[in-house]
This record gives sequence, structure tokens and C-alpha cells, in this order.
Amino acid sequence: MNYGAMLTAVLLIGILGLLLGLFLGFAAKIFHVETDEREDKIIETLPGNNCGGCGYPGCSGLAAAIVKGEAPVNGCPVGGETVAAKVAEIMGVEAGDSVHMVAYVKCAGNCETAEKKYEYHGEADCRMAGLAPGGGDKSCVYGCLGYGSCVKECQFDAIHIVKGIAVVDKEACKACGKCVEICPKKLIELVPYDAEYLVACSSKDKGPDVMKSCKTGCIGCGLCMKNCEAGAVTVSELVAHIDQDKCVKCGVCMEKCPRKTIIHEV
Amino acid sequence: MSTLTELLVIAVGSALVSNVVLSQFYGLCPFLGVSKQLKTASGMGVAVIFVITLSSLVAGVIYKFLLVPFELEYLKTIVFILVIAALVQFVEMFLKKSVPSLYQSLGVYLPLITTNCAVLGTALTNVQEEYSIFYGVVNGFATAAGFAIAICILAGIREKMRYNDIPKPFRGMPIVLITAGLMAIAFCGFSGLL
Repeated sequence: MNYGAMLTAVLLIGILGLLLGLFLGFAAKIFHVETDEREDKIIETLPGNNCGGCGYPGCSGLAAAIVKGEAPVNGCPVGGETVAAKVAEIMGVEAGDSVHMVAYVKCAGNCETAEKKYEYHGEADCRMAGLAPGGGDKSCVYGCLGYGSCVKECQFDAIHIVKGIAVVDKEACKACGKCVEICPKKLIELVPYDAEYLVACSSKDKGPDVMKSCKTGCIGCGLCMKNCEAGAVTVSELVAHIDQDKCVKCGVCMEKCPRKTIIHEV
Repeated sequence: MSTLTELLVIAVGSALVSNVVLSQFYGLCPFLGVSKQLKTASGMGVAVIFVITLSSLVAGVIYKFLLVPFELEYLKTIVFILVIAALVQFVEMFLKKSVPSLYQSLGVYLPLITTNCAVLGTALTNVQEEYSIFYGVVNGFATAAGFAIAICILAGIREKMRYNDIPKPFRGMPIVLITAGLMAIAFCGFSGLL
């Protein structure tokens, strides 16, 4: 046996490993970048799946953004309230500052209340269907097309097509905002979890046109605005909107609405 | 053949004719994993070019000045893994401190490809083909460019494919593998180049 060759091999690998280790060790000292220690703590707190649900490249990306103040402490949709509370503690702010938001689809024109203008046989994707003549096959140009682009985009299985329109599962929604971005009709909005009265329409059409295309569409009559004592309801561009910060949850707007456009969520 | 033509032949050969993913099947993991969007795919491509070129150089130097004199050529695989892993780690630290913008754009891809088989494979091919250090670096760059070309094409196709009505059994990974296979057949067309 050639013990000499064995020895050289062992020595070479050993010394090489040692040198590289020392080299990297010193390099880490020399090239040490001063990072906010809060950032490291936040990285430890976050789930570490690197799912990208927050919109940043991985958990470390979100941690950096939180420290910079670009992202909210509850930016992680997966960790939920428990992680948000811990992150808030590290950052020294109250987690209660943030309201639990959920996505809401501002359209109730399902297959019972709104009709199809024609048979659409294209790709089953809202962004494609929305490019078809007349803004899609829906009788209402502003309504939910129901081809589920938001469903495909949701990582949390929180949005589904029910009776031809998208409906959000409030319990599963993490308010990541992916559906808000993807909807070509800009129908989805983030509302507080405890919002009770919501306008289920986005139609900017004039009254008679809305009457024709949908049974529950907002005609912009303004009865809700006139009757709201808290001044939470406004009608602009012929569609009502409720400011959830001002809403006192009295329900008058829903009672006065002649079209049953305003709905009560529980 | 003059040196320049020789280099050109090596470059075209490893970038197109014997493409690293499509004919040698190295680096399939990032090829299939990071090719969903053109943006991330091109980021990956740039990171691979960067790492393979650099590791070809370092591996070539280590081989010539350390392994050959001690007659320890048979240890090349383990030594290359060791050296390349340490190199990538060092480059990451260096970039984070000195060129933060490049570090940001390469992002997670740099550590991801530390010991990717395409990186190691190129270093070993350089030794096997008995390239000089300079030829090895050129070969490494061309190989990595071939990877970048392939992953960008696949990402482009996958972006368009999202709108296609694919039969249910083929959705997801199966259709990607079929696409990659068809791309490999198409790249066979380059074999007439040399």
C-alpha cells in the first residue's frame, strides 16, 4: 500500500478545507454588513416557507421591508395574527393598529340576477374574456365575469365561483391582495373583516341601463346617501360606496335601497 | 485552426450544439423549477453565467497548480465541490458588501446554484477535455449562456402556455416536461452547425 499517497490526499483535503473555512470565516468578518438586529429577529419569527404570499421575495425580503417600514407588521398572510403580534413586539408597535382585512367582490350579478349577452367560447380566463366584444359575455360591462382568474391566483383557496360570480370565503382570506390585482374589472376591494353593510355593485351605468342588465345593480339614486346619518355612504359615478370607518352599522342604507344592492354580511 | 476559431467552435459547441440542459441533462432542477416567469428565469440565467464562469476559472487553477503536481487528479470531484461551494459563499458575502444592487438582483438564486450539477459538470468537463484555464473559462461562459438561453425560452413558452386549454392529465409539470423534450429535439437541429 502506498501510505505516502494516502497521506498526501488526506492532508491536501484537510488543509484545503481548513484554509477555506478560515478564509470564509475572516471574509464574513471583513464583509460583515451592518444589519438591523430587528431584521434577524423578524426572520426567526416568520414561518420561513418563503412562499412569497406577501409579495416580497421570501421571508427575509419581507423582514427587510418591515424594518424599513415599507410593509405592515402583519404583512405575512400565512403567519396570521400570532406572527403579527410577535413582529409588532419586535418593532415596538401595537399589533392592534392594523385592522383584519378581507377581500370583497363588489358584484352580486350572479346567473340568477344578471344575464349573458352571448355565448363565449374562448379561454376560461377573465383577463381574456374581458377583451371580448362588449367587455365580455356578461350583460353588465362592470360585472364579475366568473371565469375565476382570482380563484387561480388565490394561494389560500379563499375565493370560489358561486352561481357564476366570485365569492370570498372570509375565514380563509388572508388579504394578500393578489385577487385585487388580477381582476380585470377591478371588482375586488379589501374591507374590514367586521364590515357589515357592503355595496354589491360596481356599475357606473345609468339607471335604466342597469335595470336592463341586472336585477340587483346600483342605479345611483342616492337614497342610501340621503338617509345615512353618519355620512358614511357616498354616491359617485352612479355607484354607492360605504366608508367603513364612518359606518355605524345601523342598516338604514340597506332598508332604503330600492334595488337590494346593499347587503348585510354577518 | 487559429486560436480564435478554436474558441468560437468551443463556444458554439457548448452553448448550442451540446446544450447543457437540453442535450446533457445537467441542471434540470432549476431549469424546470425557476422557469415559470421570464423575469425570474433571466435572473437565474445571469446568476448561472456568473457562477459557472467564475468556478471554471478557480477549478482550472486548483486543478493545474494543486492537484496535478501532487498527482491527486482522482480527488477532483470532491475538491471541486469544496472549492466551488466556498467560492459561491464568498462571492455572496463580497457582493452583499460591495455591490448591493447586483446582490439584490441575483437574490436567492446565487446560493441556490452553489453545487448545482451544471456548475460541477462544467468544471469536470473542462478537465476531461484537457482545456487550458483560459479555454475552460470560455467553455464555462458558453455553457452557462446555453443554460440561460434554454431557461429563457422555456419560461417564455410557459408564460404563453398559461392561456392554453391543456387536457387535464397534462396540466402542470407533464406539459412542461413535454415542452422541454420538444425543445431538446429542436436543439438537435444545431448539431449540423459544426
